[in-house]
Amino acid sequence: MEKRVTFGRWTIGILFAVPQLILIFTFFYWPAGQAVYWSLTLQQPWGGGNIWVGLDNFRSILANADYWNSITASMIFAGISTGLAMVIALVLAALTDRQLAGSWLYRVVLIWPYGIAAPALALAFRFILAPEAGFMAVVNKVWPGFWDPGLDGADAMASIIIAFSWKYVGYNFIFFLAAFQAIPRSLIEAAAMDGSGVIRRFWDIQFPLITPTIFFLLVINITESFQDSFGIVDIMTAGGPANATNLMVYKIYSDGFKGLDYSGAAAQSIILMFLIIALTIVQFRFIERRVHYR
Amino acid sequence: MTIIKRGFAALAAGALSTALAVPAFAEPVKFDFWFGLSGDLARVVDTLCKNFNDSQKDYEVVCTSQGNYDATLQNTIAAFRAGKQPTVVQVYDVGTATMMLSGAYKPADKLMEENGYKIDYSDYFPGIARYYATSKGEMLSFPFNSSTALMYWNKDAFAKIGKTEAPKTWEDVAADLKALKDAGYDCPMAINISANESWQLMEQFSALHNQPIATKNNGYDGLDARLEVNKTKFVQYVTDLKKWYDAGLVKIKSKDLGQDMVQAFATGTCQVILTSVGDHGTVGRTQKEGMNWDVAELPVYAGTERKNSLVGGASLWVLSGKSGAEYKGAAAFLNFIHDPKTALFWSTNTGYIPVTKSGFDFMKSNGFYDKAPYKGREVAIESLTASEPTEITRGIRLGNFTQIRAEFGTQMQAIFANKVSVQEGLDTLVKNGDAILERFQQTYPGKTLP
Repeated sequence: MEKRVTFGRWTIGILFAVPQLILIFTFFYWPAGQAVYWSLTLQQPWGGGNIWVGLDNFRSILANADYWNSITASMIFAGISTGLAMVIALVLAALTDRQLAGSWLYRVVLIWPYGIAAPALALAFRFILAPEAGFMAVVNKVWPGFWDPGLDGADAMASIIIAFSWKYVGYNFIFFLAAFQAIPRSLIEAAAMDGSGVIRRFWDIQFPLITPTIFFLLVINITESFQDSFGIVDIMTAGGPANATNLMVYKIYSDGFKGLDYSGAAAQSIILMFLIIALTIVQFRFIERRVHYR
Repeated sequence: MTIIKRGFAALAAGALSTALAVPAFAEPVKFDFWFGLSGDLARVVDTLCKNFNDSQKDYEVVCTSQGNYDATLQNTIAAFRAGKQPTVVQVYDVGTATMMLSGAYKPADKLMEENGYKIDYSDYFPGIARYYATSKGEMLSFPFNSSTALMYWNKDAFAKIGKTEAPKTWEDVAADLKALKDAGYDCPMAINISANESWQLMEQFSALHNQPIATKNNGYDGLDARLEVNKTKFVQYVTDLKKWYDAGLVKIKSKDLGQDMVQAFATGTCQVILTSVGDHGTVGRTQKEGMNWDVAELPVYAGTERKNSLVGGASLWVLSGKSGAEYKGAAAFLNFIHDPKTALFWSTNTGYIPVTKSGFDFMKSNGFYDKAPYKGREVAIESLTASEPTEITRGIRLGNFTQIRAEFGTQMQAIFANKVSVQEGLDTLVKNGDAILERFQQTYPGKTLP
């Protein structure tokens, strides 16, 4: 006989859900709804009034070359930094999992970068990558003019990618290591006895078995690279030089808070929201097919 | 038990609210002042507030630093929308147009009049007063911390090329920079090309040469003003700066690269910089031991009739929606700041200049400008009062000017990175700047600047 635990009256269920619903409503739906409303109006910053303009804000943003430049920069940033952070973390986790000498130390140390606030690590990297004072000054002595993030947009983009990847290597590492350790030892030992080398075992056994983790981290990394990049950009480049690192999230901030264009910024954040939703759907539809859940 | 406790709490709260409604004697009226300075300058403001509180016992000003100018304006707007705004707030020069259209202020001149203070507005240096006044000359806010841009030059380096005077024209500057380079100086002049330098490179330059930044007298005469820096003398200036940069006579120095230009000058790395008189104290405190340097007015092109330079800094706005008692306190506070003695205190402890003639005279009579650390700062007053302000040199009254400055930085970076030509870059600056102005105008339909 099947035992079912249900509430006698549906009102009790609703009552249990209410606190959560209130939280979600106050901190998500209400502000999001407000943003949608703002994006369809022209808001006076001091609250003196607003005018309904329909989709004009979206039209003017999408007609703006700077905005498309910002989208391109965000895509490049997301692609390269996610790739770097995941590959490096994967390699480090695979090595740590092989119980090489001192792996207990890496296990602890490699997690630290994720615990550092973005602005703090940006400040550190700004010093490390400063062309005249930091580590790169040495490189510039050997090849004068090699590194100039103040004027060269590619160098500036490289700086923020390095800083962001460095932070997320730590985060990805934790998940990869956990995934590797969840693989039964017997599988790997059996393969070893059959004579397969380290690389072979990695590609044929470990890699397929951790695809769910890889997929999870891919989604998280791409989403975070759109959102968590703000502190790094703000401290390291402020969107420059010549808008080369003006990522979407930074542009929203500077247009909205520095420029007091609340409506334009609201419209941009709606676009950013849809972009992230679209990217996530694409990932679930096309990449998840290759994922093997156990 | 709990019911009794609650009862007591309610009684106490009731008593408290009646006490608040009827101000008791000897209990000073508190009001808030938000400002945008930080570090050393914030400590000076705190002392200023303490001096005010000690000087009388009817009012108590609570001064809170919001970190920087942008944050102060943002936080004030947020507070205003929530009905929790401070009584007095410091708003930077370029926020003036935004404030004037906000409908969120109480005109400073009316406030002073209502509370029985007589302020002689003609005592303000005209270059400072007109920047903040309406087109009809009414003072809606009080000038507070004020500065202007100067040229800092290294006397030791110039002595090596046989010069004892600072160059007065850009033609002379070009020749001197070349001579400095030939004399072995790696960095004859340092500039930076971010949004912040719009002030000395574009705005001050245009004022000195009586060149407009925008139509409608730089925006004073209407919200439909549009930029026109792509067809003034400014084009030649940027062309020259770029030429000197390519020839290695001008270097870009910024904090992101390792050393900002003030540090580069103070350490003797770079021989000429253009920056605010507000940095005079910093250079003096951090300079290389024994280095001889001085300040001079910004150069102009040969054959130019020099006009007054622009004031930079911020003014104090009194916000609407406060009680009569708080307004009385605010008026007393503004009157205190207006006092020449406060001007002396303020200028001694910061690099800012006095904003009134009486303040300046009081400081001169105290021998302020004769002694070593402050000597030279009078050049700022000379620069600000070089001429009676013209329709164009009284200031800039453009909406969302912060964003236009950001656009200036972006286009200058594109020009110096050889991505676009000088003319292309400035054309884009005008095009994007006009879009910002147009949007500002659309946000305030049917409104006009006072």
